[in-house]
Amino acid sequence: MRDFPLPGSEYPRLEATALKIARGGKTLLDVASLTLDGPGPTLILGPNGAGKSLLLRCLHGLIEADSGQIWQDDRPLDASQRARQAMVFQRPVLLRRSVAANLDFVLKRQGMARKARAERIHELLCEGGLQDKARQSARSLSVGEGQRLAILRALAARPEILFLDEPTSALDPGATQKIETLIRRASARGTKILMVTHDIGQARRLGADIVLMWGGKVAEHRPAHGFFETPQSQAAQAFLGGALVP
Amino acid sequence: MQDFAQEFMTALSLILSGDSELLNIVFLSLKVSLLAVFFGALVGMPLGAALAVGRFPGRRALIVLVNALMGLPPVVVGLCVYLMLSRSGPLGVLQLLYTPTAMIIAQFVLVTPIIAALTRQTVESLDAEYTEQLRSLGLSRLASVPVLLWDGRIALLTAFLAGFGRAIAEVGAVIIVGGNINHVTRVMTTTIALETSKGNLSLALALGVILIAIAIAVNAAVSLLARGAAPQRGELSHA
Repeated sequence: MRDFPLPGSEYPRLEATALKIARGGKTLLDVASLTLDGPGPTLILGPNGAGKSLLLRCLHGLIEADSGQIWQDDRPLDASQRARQAMVFQRPVLLRRSVAANLDFVLKRQGMARKARAERIHELLCEGGLQDKARQSARSLSVGEGQRLAILRALAARPEILFLDEPTSALDPGATQKIETLIRRASARGTKILMVTHDIGQARRLGADIVLMWGGKVAEHRPAHGFFETPQSQAAQAFLGGALVP
Repeated sequence: MQDFAQEFMTALSLILSGDSELLNIVFLSLKVSLLAVFFGALVGMPLGAALAVGRFPGRRALIVLVNALMGLPPVVVGLCVYLMLSRSGPLGVLQLLYTPTAMIIAQFVLVTPIIAALTRQTVESLDAEYTEQLRSLGLSRLASVPVLLWDGRIALLTAFLAGFGRAIAEVGAVIIVGGNINHVTRVMTTTIALETSKGNLSLALALGVILIAIAIAVNAAVSLLARGAAPQRGELSHA
């Protein structure tokens, strides 16, 4: 059951137009127009090399496109807009510090007072089920715990947009479920989730709308129900039918 | 063989009795080498970090040069520092030749490339892992440097100890610029060389035992630190 807020709540709006990236004469990303807004997570599906992660990095400003524009809430993406975003990578990058210190790192940068930071860290650790591991070295966590910490750290600064690049690709079903719970709660609190996944089942479970990337282009972008029930593009039909190569 | 055993027993008794001459030599050695490594770290660590995260013309050539300087022959360094500090040299006016300061300068020249090169390797490999995450968290390249240095602290301590190991064990540079003057610039390695040539094997052996003990302690510390920095249970790198 989904616990996303009802349509109409204030969600950030992300738009990309004429976004292009080419390397070595090969077009890697070619997005004519993409608008992401509204409640519920947007799941980005597609085969390997379709440009999913590249799109995510572009939208987060980690990679600059050769051409095109990205707008957040009708303003071109800049440092102040990026500060309202956060990203979690496929392989969690945890600082060589304790679990609590990983969270504190982000909160300190927000300029929070010590007491407020301690309270926020406790709140986050409880949310992620890591309250008993606060003083443990972050790098001694299991892969699933590490990814949960990475998500908690990304959520620490209460971002408006959270990018997730295949956060559960290395996890077993139990660990995946815990991550999905965190994602649902963040979405319910109003954070816009943009998540790349290979897992069609996961896209069905979490997605409010689906973006299908195919050969660097957006092949289809529709509400999840419509996408899965009546895929319109040939790419979507092929992908849902099990095709592996664009 | 019996002579050797006797010399060795005398050496041990020198150590255990806390012979003042022996202790003075050991303390001077530690003082010179620790100060050389301290100043070497002050220069070498920022230099290594700059080579790791900076992008500027000639960076690759500078990295090759720093790596090559790790293998500087101590006697050549001693000769160069001697020429700089000798009365007719550019720094002769400072009158530093045959002082512990001259020895610190020579060892500083020897250890700085080691610390810089090891720092560069540490920071560069950490940067490759952290770069996207730190950018995502809003840190500029410059702001990333303290994070990389702090998170690489164990490996950097290893670099510091590697520099110390090189400094405390070298003889060529300090004997040229220090002159091996009794009670002034005589350190463990130079004393061993001198006393062996004089046939005073017990003092040489006593210092040799202490030097080996220090070398073992440094290596044990490096090994323990490296183990502390190694992946632990549940390490994420296999994800």
